[in-house]
Amino acid sequence: MAKNNKNYPINHIVGFALSIILTIVAAWTALSSGLPTMWIIIAIMVLAVIQAGIQLFMFMHITESGATNAPWNMIIHSAVIASIVIAGSLFTMSFGFTHDHGGGDHEGGSAPGEEEQQDTEHDGHEGH
Amino acid sequence: MQLDEFFVTGEPLIYAGMVAIAVVSAAIVFLLTYFKKWKWLWQEWLTTVDHKKIGVMYILVALAMIFRAGVDALMMRLQLAFPDMNFLNSQHYNEVFTTHGTIMIFFVAMPFLIGLMNVVVPLQIGARDFAFPYVNALSFWSLFFGAMLFNISFVIGGAPDTGWTNYAPQAGAVLNPGPGINFYLLGLQLSGIGTLATGINLMVTILRMRAPGITLFKMPIFSWSTLITSFIIVFAFPILTVALALMTVDRIFGSHFFTLAGEGLPMMWANLFWLWGHPEVYIVILPAFGIFSEIIATFARKQLFGYKTMVWAIILIAGLSFVVWVHHFFTMGAGAFVNSIFSITTMAIAVPTGVKIFNWLATLYKSKIIFPVPMLWSLAFIPSFTIGGVTGVMLGMAAADYQYHNTYFLVSHFHYVLIPGTVFASFAGLVFWYPKLFGHKLNEKIGKWAFWLFLIGFHVCFFPQYFLGLDGMARRVFTVGPEWFTLNFISTVGAFTMGLGFMVFVFGVIYSFRYSTRDLPGDDWQYGRTLEWATPTPVPKYNFATLPENVRTHDTLIDMKEDGETTFDEKKLESIHMPSYTGQPFIMMAILFFASFALVFEWITLAVIGLIATIVMMFIRSFDYDEGYHIEVDELRENERRARGLDDDRE
Amino acid sequence: MTENNNNTLPLEYSTEQGQMSIVGFWIFVAAEVALFATLFATYAVLFGRTADSPEAMELFQPGIALTMTFILLTSSFTCGLAIHSMREGSLKGLMIFLFITLALGLTFLGFEIYEFVHYASEGATLQSSAYWSGFFILTGTHGVHVTLGIGWMIAILIQLKQRGLTAVTNRKVFILGLYWHFLDVVWIFIFTGVYLIGMVV
Repeated sequence: MAKNNKNYPINHIVGFALSIILTIVAAWTALSSGLPTMWIIIAIMVLAVIQAGIQLFMFMHITESGATNAPWNMIIHSAVIASIVIAGSLFTMSFGFTHDHGGGDHEGGSAPGEEEQQDTEHDGHEGH
Repeated sequence: MQLDEFFVTGEPLIYAGMVAIAVVSAAIVFLLTYFKKWKWLWQEWLTTVDHKKIGVMYILVALAMIFRAGVDALMMRLQLAFPDMNFLNSQHYNEVFTTHGTIMIFFVAMPFLIGLMNVVVPLQIGARDFAFPYVNALSFWSLFFGAMLFNISFVIGGAPDTGWTNYAPQAGAVLNPGPGINFYLLGLQLSGIGTLATGINLMVTILRMRAPGITLFKMPIFSWSTLITSFIIVFAFPILTVALALMTVDRIFGSHFFTLAGEGLPMMWANLFWLWGHPEVYIVILPAFGIFSEIIATFARKQLFGYKTMVWAIILIAGLSFVVWVHHFFTMGAGAFVNSIFSITTMAIAVPTGVKIFNWLATLYKSKIIFPVPMLWSLAFIPSFTIGGVTGVMLGMAAADYQYHNTYFLVSHFHYVLIPGTVFASFAGLVFWYPKLFGHKLNEKIGKWAFWLFLIGFHVCFFPQYFLGLDGMARRVFTVGPEWFTLNFISTVGAFTMGLGFMVFVFGVIYSFRYSTRDLPGDDWQYGRTLEWATPTPVPKYNFATLPENVRTHDTLIDMKEDGETTFDEKKLESIHMPSYTGQPFIMMAILFFASFALVFEWITLAVIGLIATIVMMFIRSFDYDEGYHIEVDELRENERRARGLDDDRE
Repeated sequence: MTENNNNTLPLEYSTEQGQMSIVGFWIFVAAEVALFATLFATYAVLFGRTADSPEAMELFQPGIALTMTFILLTSSFTCGLAIHSMREGSLKGLMIFLFITLALGLTFLGFEIYEFVHYASEGATLQSSAYWSGFFILTGTHGVHVTLGIGWMIAILIQLKQRGLTAVTNRKVFILGLYWHFLDVVWIFIFTGVYLIGMVV
């Protein structure tokens, strides 16, 4: 990523353009693509991760030599911890429970309702 | 608010506590005034940014808190000594076990270990201070004021009474109104700021300030364990911060995270608490492993067996510590699949821990052991901790855990890991590094008495509790039936023996302060292996006049002794940059203390004023371009020659 | 991967203390990731627990969320340009871009406050249900971070005016930049995980 033109912040402009595009693509995927909900969630989360990567590499200079390799090391680990906290909490707190949603309009993960997505998502990788 | 709502009333024991606090405070004020020490206190201690002095203050706080939480423990044991005792009522008993647990974890284990890290780590890696000395002072004062906030709860407002785990919904505003739980939440929040800052500070110090030649794998094992501990702190403490903040918002601003109303999820508290809580267990045990490794290698007079394996075992334990938290609430009913996963990860931790145990044994094997006090604590640790570890594996089996859960079996288990692990290590480390902290050694004979009393007391106290637990005695009950009398009575005798051991230890400190010899070589135990023993005793405030070089192995000092070298090279002296002392950390945290205190009583306006004042302090800090000062070569030369007993006209 | 053609490091890395501060701040960012992850986890677990209050889908509007996202992305861009100008040695460029960033940050906050007030008028507040508690605390924590960032930026602009570009001020600006970009990263996940998923599910 060495810059030839000293005065022209090409990295930043490319990064900015990419972020805008990715945001629009994510919004489109979510609101008007008509994909199944599960796929929408996966797709937009992937887009978000890519966009975070753009910020890290193009704006935050994560690989810059002056700071040695502590930054990217810490960021990778923080991403792992973040996944453990989020996925682990959902895993622990959803499995085996039926969300009683006040009205009692559904039971477990089999009936329609807004938890359905989460329940199926988790039932998916618990494989029962 | 009426005054009798503000102060706790109606308990003779608490009135006695109030009188004691008033008397001790008055005595301190009197002594400081009488000996004209106020200026000394402010200039030498309250404003210091020197890592050694801050470490000493951490340890003093920890010792004071051991006393407080130890008295709590003895009160509980007294209440349980005989069937149907009336020493404490149920409410008071609840408060006492809550404060005992919380203080022992947050204000004893953490500051004791962080204090030792403060003193020792920069010395071990050949650094002159922390990466951010100002932040280090800030961390200490945040811990200090957090501890104060938590401790005043028993005379002002009422102590928290829901256990150190503070489970919702019992701890929520509906079932537990009043300031008690707020003290818990905000006291820990305040001290948590400092812990996180220390974690970051230590990480940067270790990553960036090692003397030339000390690569990561030539670093003493205690510094390694500190690095990994800091890593866990950085990732685990934010989780606690959030959990505490959410419950504070629940209680004070009426949100519904952990409430029964509004579709809140009380078990989410347990989930978040243990997401932090299990890593926390390793935050207080890994440095202990580091301390034992140093001491065992030193007094076995042999290189630590399997240095690299030890390091990797620490790293593996740290990683696993983040994926086992559910084993604290197997009985929540998350289902067999969830429990099985966490059961397996839990039992996996026994593997690297076992590796470490065998490494210590192999270090001792065919070595020439000598038995000073730190070594006694370390040798006692190995079998005692193993008992705790093995029962931990029993608890880790989810199906069997339904039987052990919430019984004295569990109580005994965690005391068997935390006392031989953390407490023994703290005592061992304190005795071991005492000369570096205070410039003299502790009396060996008194130290041995303290050790034996404490060790025997510990086993007498906690071993019977395994059987009480298997007999079905639940934890946190405030009276016992006659069928559990014998074992409970034995346990109480053990507890008081431990208390006696601690008193003997404190006596040893006072005795040694008066009578121990002050004229010590830098390598005070004669068998030092690492760089902290290369400094003169007492350690000069810049630690190393010239930084060590030619580091070949992790036993740097052993190599130097073989080659007849020291770290001091007069030709290489250069002026040393030092940070200025400053009162800002103390003032900033004092303000935050008042803001938190106001929030405890839900005086929102006052709390907001305090917060704004804190932000103003941060602004002031941002505009402060103090550059510190330099110690010049002449002063250094004179100082080092005097400290090292070198001839004045040697060139 | 050096930013300069010659082998010297940028000014903010020129002193040992500067490098350590930057490394320290990266570690702090990692801690912040854990903090926000916990808030996301809480939000996700409490998802749909709206009790008697309105559901997310009824209140979320794509327009305002997208506008806020574009504002914050642009501010992150201008902040990047500010750092770029700083490395070019242009104090004026740095200050101009920081001012733009500041203005965009304030605009973002304005939208956020409008949004919160609007939801409150529809019956969704911090106190209405577990879900809305999770929502307001997650987005609110981000908002508080933005507010602190704005205050911080003002402090640094004053210092830049007083002292110009030095190893210390450059280090401060660079760290502020890291913070600001990080807030943008968090917002990307809030936009995706809260608003988009909230409008889909």
